[in-house]
Parts: sequence; structure tokens; C-alpha cells
Amino acid sequence: MSNLAIKVEHLSKRYRIGMKEQRPDTLAGAVSAMLKSPLSNIRKLRNLSRFRDHEEADVLWALRDVSFDVRHGDVVGIIGRNGAGKSTLLKILAKITDPTSGRIEITGRVASLLEVGTGFHPELTGRENVYLNGAVLGMRRGEIDRKFAEIVEFSGVEKFIDTPVKHYSSGMRVRLAFSVAAHLEPEILLIDEVLAVGDAAFQKKCLGKMGDVARDGRTVLFVSHNMGALVSLCPKSILLVDGEKKAEGPSDAVVSDYLEIGAEGQGEALWDPSSAPGNDNVRLRAVRVVAGDKTSADVDIEQDINVEIEFWNLKQDAQLAVSVHLKDQMGVSVLSSLNAHSANLIRDQWFGKAHPVGLFRSVCRIPSNLLNDGRYTIRVLVLSDMANREVCVDEAVSFFVHDTGAMRREYRGKWVGVVRPKLAWDTELLIDGAPAAVRELPELVPEPENIVLNTETRLPL
Amino acid sequence: MIAEGVRTSVIEPQTGWRLFDWRELREYRDLFYFMVWRDVRVLYKQTALGFAWAVIRPVFSMALFYVVFGRLARVPSDGLPYPVFSYAALIPWTYFSASLSGSTDSLISNSQMLTKVYFPRLIIPMTPVLAKLVDCGIAFLIMGGLMVAYGILPNRNLVFLPLLILLMMTTAIGTGLWLSAMAIQYRDVKHATEFLLQLLMYAAPVVWPVSLIPSSYRLIYGLYPMAGVIEGFRSALLGRHPMPWDLIAVGSASALTIALSGALYFRRMERVFADVA
Repeated sequence: MSNLAIKVEHLSKRYRIGMKEQRPDTLAGAVSAMLKSPLSNIRKLRNLSRFRDHEEADVLWALRDVSFDVRHGDVVGIIGRNGAGKSTLLKILAKITDPTSGRIEITGRVASLLEVGTGFHPELTGRENVYLNGAVLGMRRGEIDRKFAEIVEFSGVEKFIDTPVKHYSSGMRVRLAFSVAAHLEPEILLIDEVLAVGDAAFQKKCLGKMGDVARDGRTVLFVSHNMGALVSLCPKSILLVDGEKKAEGPSDAVVSDYLEIGAEGQGEALWDPSSAPGNDNVRLRAVRVVAGDKTSADVDIEQDINVEIEFWNLKQDAQLAVSVHLKDQMGVSVLSSLNAHSANLIRDQWFGKAHPVGLFRSVCRIPSNLLNDGRYTIRVLVLSDMANREVCVDEAVSFFVHDTGAMRREYRGKWVGVVRPKLAWDTELLIDGAPAAVRELPELVPEPENIVLNTETRLPL
Repeated sequence: MIAEGVRTSVIEPQTGWRLFDWRELREYRDLFYFMVWRDVRVLYKQTALGFAWAVIRPVFSMALFYVVFGRLARVPSDGLPYPVFSYAALIPWTYFSASLSGSTDSLISNSQMLTKVYFPRLIIPMTPVLAKLVDCGIAFLIMGGLMVAYGILPNRNLVFLPLLILLMMTTAIGTGLWLSAMAIQYRDVKHATEFLLQLLMYAAPVVWPVSLIPSSYRLIYGLYPMAGVIEGFRSALLGRHPMPWDLIAVGSASALTIALSGALYFRRMERVFADVA
């Protein structure tokens, strides 16, 4: 018997995406379009599942000629940006959707976890939903009976197990759903992003459970945006870019390939005057991320980050202000900042003055050891008279902050939080020796919890 | 290590026609069971009357039909008291219409499951067909009451009732397979079902007796399986006229045709369900 668990050969999948509608520009045209629309709608609906042989404009290849092998016991990560075909690949492997061409051989019982809690019904109790969801995931009734106590215990919702799930908090629902999924015992497990749920403590528990699955010698295919989890769980990875396999191998190497491709434009966005964002008053020329004297999308956590914004002022004597707004990879606003004097550590020589027509460069310095590791995107704004948005560009550039281990000589675990500043710490010895009253206290030591810093700040921009 | 007896499955683009995959359906019988059980559990949750609704629906229709068709229009009822005559028909009809609209909607309302996990898709439209049997069973209780009230006793034709129920379920499954597979891609079907059911009800001998159909058209009319089912129910429960074997035979043939072609169509369409859902 071959020791391949999954053998994927020349796999392709196409989808039809919605095309922009042609809009009639006369009343008569609109009426006739309305009358004709049922016919064109039927054609459109039928085409959802039909394809002609030649290439069509609204056909998207979600996967194109992907081949790879997974051996029994391998734990393989699948990396790619949104829309790279990761989820489509898992859906085909899970038999949810058919491939357009190609062939897959799978040896062993497969379970797929594309979401947690599939089939959960809000009116049913936790207990009933465990059975239903277990069956949806392919468990037999006897198997669920056997594992029921363990599932409930893992979820931590014992008290509410006979309460309808609609009264649960969303966190409780996810924990219960994940617990069912975590107790699957397939030979091959396909997992998509399900770890992006629950609070930090529960995520850690889930990661531990995933690790157990991997150590049991089962085959796991794991899709995640969480690079940390991916590298720590999967020795090997596959990189998908626009539906094609771009790299395959040890996870750290593939992740760094991904980061390189992720850093499109190498930390700089430069616009032609003709297509630059802006209006007749202000035109953006460039936004770049500069760290350690070089423009780069990859920043060491120990380096200052300079965000440079170059713009043309086209209106004599304009009063301009520049602002940046940082978001992390989950879309959470990390910070926003403005070059106004009262919000500035130093003094901006042009803020508050009448700007002559010309090219300006504003630089915002984000100190080292402030951002946590991860991907950030920058939104750039140029305002006139502190009120009018002349330029606003979302995701003008993105960059990665890499942890180089400088803060990790003692502690090596995950660093929770949106930011990771070095703060001032000191500990004092207050009393030397402990009196009996302290020593004889009953055991009331609480479990150490992860400390999550709530640092989301928003400026009214 | 690989356990003994592990099988290799192949995933390839599907072509051609397929019918039932019995082995797979067997493997997923627990899921089927839980889905039916979910439908039954959830149906009357948070209602004050609960399962009484299973009775109210046919009883209300019976009262309405009695006034409109029995008293005002004076539709003949084969010499039977009109309430009993129409209620015997309303038991299978209420079941059929509830399972048909449930089936048609089933893929759409479970589209979340279709796009996230694999299981034999046939389970979804077949679930309402089984779940609605519970309501149907409850509706029978009222029939018993009516029969006592009007002093009507069933004769030995009652033993054929399971056969009629089977025919009624086959019809519901067949039409459900067709309509659900169409509705997931063309949502118009969902809206059209309402009209279709009205049409089908007046086409079925619910408010009028089959004896109104000229005998030369009787067999052609029998192609509509619910005709045989409803007349059969009257014969089995009310014991006044013979079992309409001609209608049942023709109806069975057509119900089987609908069910088999429905399964073929459904299985051909199911490969795109996740893409169009």
C-alpha cells in the first residue's frame, strides 16, 4: 500500500463571478431592459453552472493545475492571501464541490472543519446540538455517546448544556462547537481558519488540541492566516498564489516566501501623476515605509519605522495637515496620528502655515518596540483646513513587523496584544519572610490568565 | 500507521447520471436520523399550542371546505358526510403539501451546511418527507374521533393503508427532489411552489370525489398519484367504496417515474449545489 494520504494531480477549479451590469440610459431602455430581464436572468442563473470551452470574461480560475502529495502523518499548512484558492482547495478535498479538472486520491477517513458549529440550531439545547453537529461531522451515534462527557468538559459549558443554544453567548457557542470538532477522530483532518475564534485562552487550548491530533500521527491539512500557529503546528507548508502552487517545503521557508510576495511594491507605493489619488488641490505622489535607512516592507521590531508621505500641493496658500491610520491584519485599528502641533512629539515646520504650490514630504516616525509582530496596513489622509479630505487612501502600503527574538530571551510564548511596547518594570521586596497567617491561607491561587491589553484607540478621522 | 481496510477514494470531475449510493446513505443514517429529529423538535418550539397545530391545520381546512363546498356549493361527497369525506382527504393532502414545500425550501434553508461539510445531499430534501409524518400521525387521531362521531367504521381495506402511505411518501420525495434541486439555482421555484400547491390541491380529489371524472379520463387522471392516494384513504378509512386499484396502479407507476427521474436530476445537479447556493 502506498503511504500517501492525499495525492493531488493537476487540480483546477473555475467559478463564474458576477459581471458588471449594463445600465440603460434612457427611460425606454430601462423599460425594455426590465421586460427582457427575466430572459437574461435565466441565462445568467443557468450559466452559474455551465461553462463554454473558450475563456469567458467573468470566469475565475480559483485553482489552476495544482499538484502535491501528502504522506500519512504529515501536518501540512496551506498559506496564501485571500482569494488565493486555499478554501477552494479544502472544499474540493472535502467533496463539498467538484473540481473542474484533475484528480485526487485520498486514503483514509476524512473529516473537514471548514467552520465550527455547522448545523447548530438555536432552538435546540447544547446537548442536542452536540449530537446533531457530531453527526454532521460524520460521527456515529455511539461514538458521540462515548465522547459526550469529554466534549462537554472540554467546552466548559457544563452548566448550560440543557439550555437552548440561542441563550448562549457567541463565545460559549463557539467553544461548544469547537469541542465537538476537536473530538473527531478521522485519519485525515482538513481545517480552515477555525482557530480564529474564541478568546485567547480558548485559542491556546485549541492549538494544544490540534497539536495532540498531529502528534497522534494523523494527517492534517491546515489553512490559516495565523502564521505563528501555522509554523508551530505544521512542519511543512504549501504556498498558493492566485490559484497556483508557488512554493512547497519547510514551513519557515514557505512563510518567508509568502512574506516576500506579500510585500508587494517592497514597502513603497508610487503613483503616476495621471492616476495619483487626490483632487485638483492635492495629489499624492508616494507613500513608503522606511526602516534602518532603506525602504522595506519588512521591519525589524527593534527598528524605528518612518512612514513617508509625498504629495503635491496644487493650491496656493492651502492649510494642510497629514494623517496616518494603522490597522493590523485583523482590520483592528492600532493607532492614528496627525502632524498637528498638539499631537506631535516634535514640531512640524509646515503645519499651520500656508503651503505654496509644490512637492512636500511628511514623515511620521513610529518608535521601535511599539508594534507587535504581524502585518499592518497604512491609511493616508491629507486634510485642508482641518476639515476637508483632499486625499484618503486605504491600505496605501502594508508592511510586516518581524520579531527577531530580541525580546524573547526569557519568554518564548505568544505575545498577546495589538501593541508590544517595552514598559518600565521594577519589583521590590516589601517584607522579608512570611507570617503564619499568610502561609496557612487555603489554596486560592487563581489560574494565571492571559493578560489582554485593550489598546484599540480611535481618533475621529 | 494505516489501519486495515482503509479505502482509497478518488475525487474527479463528475460526469453522467447517478442514482442512489446506498452504501453511503447507510453510513450517514445517523445524520439522517438526527436531521429528522431536529425538524420534529424545532417545528413547534416557542409556540403555545405546540403539536395542536398539527391538528388545527387540517381541521380548519375541513371546516372551511364543509361550509364552502359541502353546504354552499353542494359538491357531492359519494353519500358520505362531507366533514368525514374531506377530512379523510385532508390527512394525505396536508402531509403532501407540507412535505413538498418543506423539501423545496430545504436546500436553500440548509445552504450553510451545503457549503461547509460533505454528506449525501439526498438527506436534505428527504428529511421533511419523514419529519412531516409525525404531524400526519397526529392528524389521524382526529379522524378516529370523527369516525366515532358519525358512526363510520373502516372495513378490511384498512390493511392497505401502509401501502397508500408509502405511495404518498414516494410522490412527496419525487416532487421534492425535482423542486429542491431546481430551487437552489432558480429561486423562482420557491415562490412558484405556493401557486403550484394550490393548483395541485384543486386538481386532487380533496374537495370533490373522483366519481365526477368521466370514466374515459379516469386512468389518465390516475397519473396524478395523489388521486389514487386520496381515494384510497377514503376507501381504507371510511369503508364505503372499493379500493381504487386502477388509480393506485397508474399512480404508483407515475410516482416511481417521478421519484427515479427526480433522483437522477438531483444527483446530476448536486455537484454544483455548493457553487450556486
